[in-house]
Amino acid sequence: MAQSPLSFLTSSWPWRSVAYLASGVLVGAAAVLVLATGLVVGVILLVILVGAAPLVGVVLSSTSVATVERHRLRLVDHDQLPNPHGEPAAPGFRPWVATRLKEQVTWRELAFTLISAAALWWLDLLVLAFAFGLPVLTFEAVDRHTWPWAVLGAFVLLASPYTVTSWAGARAALARTFLAPRGEELGDELREVRASQVRMLDSFDAERTRIERDLHDGAQQRLVSLGMSLGLMRLDVPEGSPLTERLTEAERQLAAANRELRSLVRGLNPPVLADHGLVAALHDYASRFPVPVAVDLELPGRLSRQLEANIYYLINEAMTNIARHSGATHATVHGRYHSDLLIIDITDDGHGGADQSAGSGLTGLADRLKALDGRMRVSSPVGGPTLLHVEVPCHFA
Amino acid sequence: MPLRLIVAEDAVLLREGLVGLLQRFGHVTVAAVSDADALAEAVREDPPDLVVTDVRMPPANGDDGLRAAVQLRQEIPGLPVLVLSQYVERSYAMRLLDSCGGTGVGYLLKERVGAVTEFMAAVDRVAVGGAVVDPEVVRQLLQLRQDPLERLSVREREVLSLMAEGRSNANLAAELFISEAAVNKHIGNVFTKLDLPVDTDGHRRVLAVLAFLRT
Repeated sequence: MAQSPLSFLTSSWPWRSVAYLASGVLVGAAAVLVLATGLVVGVILLVILVGAAPLVGVVLSSTSVATVERHRLRLVDHDQLPNPHGEPAAPGFRPWVATRLKEQVTWRELAFTLISAAALWWLDLLVLAFAFGLPVLTFEAVDRHTWPWAVLGAFVLLASPYTVTSWAGARAALARTFLAPRGEELGDELREVRASQVRMLDSFDAERTRIERDLHDGAQQRLVSLGMSLGLMRLDVPEGSPLTERLTEAERQLAAANRELRSLVRGLNPPVLADHGLVAALHDYASRFPVPVAVDLELPGRLSRQLEANIYYLINEAMTNIARHSGATHATVHGRYHSDLLIIDITDDGHGGADQSAGSGLTGLADRLKALDGRMRVSSPVGGPTLLHVEVPCHFA
Repeated sequence: MPLRLIVAEDAVLLREGLVGLLQRFGHVTVAAVSDADALAEAVREDPPDLVVTDVRMPPANGDDGLRAAVQLRQEIPGLPVLVLSQYVERSYAMRLLDSCGGTGVGYLLKERVGAVTEFMAAVDRVAVGGAVVDPEVVRQLLQLRQDPLERLSVREREVLSLMAEGRSNANLAAELFISEAAVNKHIGNVFTKLDLPVDTDGHRRVLAVLAFLRT
């Protein structure tokens, strides 16, 4: 819903949300049936000591509910949730049951199934009934005395895309917290890919640091020394000598070389980042930026060096995009830290139309974020404004 | 007036160059060191008239030189320090200016030593308690305060930048090819338009302008 209120109406999101909630009602009702049958049969049979089987069945059937739910989430969420379950150690039914019962995620799925049976599908039904059923009822009963109710019904109906999508969003967020894989459940391959992405980024950053240090210790010092020699030479050249002009030209070129080298080095590895941290580095970056930027970033402390560098370059790339493509006259960077999550919003008043799939600078951003385990949302309707919402998980020491 | 200086710079080429340059203008370098610890030791042993130091130096190769300078100014109030840096960053400049009320302090890009006469003028100004700020820092500050500065004319903005760098009225007049009387008029306009206290002069004026640009 991070786009403009009117263009939202013509998007597919309200329809997707309706589909999500309607299928939620069906799945929920089915889950109630299965759970109730399983529990009742299990408890009755427990008396004659074979009730464990149906109870295990209840636990395991919740994994199918969760699988369906994970697929359903695709309706209202761009990011597909990977399957958090591991492979059973051996083929066959018994090892499968044993593996599932030992996994923490199975029990999270059971909790989710119980919640969705007890509350979520009722609420889905209620929201749908309120948004669509109530207006229909008021329209059907319309006559001379009840017409104000029909007006109210019309308002409710007009607002329904927002009602439905809001609840769908909240419900999807809840489902995500239960059903998303956590840390060790990510799967070896995925973890390996992520680790290699992180390694690659780190080695890029290490290489930047090395080049920057070499330039600082070498070329930059020599240029300053050269400037000093030229300056001293000027003292020895008598006034009015034709050499003065050539000296001035040499100094002009030297100044340009110094400037170019400085901006190159600063782009490689800003010293202020290592010395004073992310907030100071971003403020300094913003004060040199061609477009006026308001930076409002509050962090409780310093992050790890790697994470600081990564987030710095991330924001850097986002702002470079603004300067290059957006035609903006003003931009803002707003960042806050909330329960292990750094949330950054970057906005500009440019002409919008940034497309994540069009191979623009956004792809580089997305790659960096993936390696950091972060998420990104872009809202950039044609005509602007553009909002880039970034979430990066992090811990402060 | 010949000054007694301590020079701290880790690149040999530059350290020797600086010492030679200062000597040529009659100043005496009592110690030339290559890291922040040695700088602190030398200054504590025998406080000089002026410290000239690099920012990035051993032992940690971070902003060791700057931190040593700020620390020494706390220990020895009024110790004049001129910091030379490969990069000028606003945040470094501000930390330095915040130490000891911004008197006797300078922050310049390293390459400014090439403009020998201006550089020696900056050395003299800092040694007698003035403030010198690199034009690059002033440019960054001006960019941040675009809104209120729109009230100023182009000439007035030029005058403001040069004041923020710590230039004297005579220097301003020479730089802009106008009379000192005209400079005074422009300064008066700038201070009125920005609601700054008019009765300040010398380095207090620099500080007033910098304080305005920072807020």
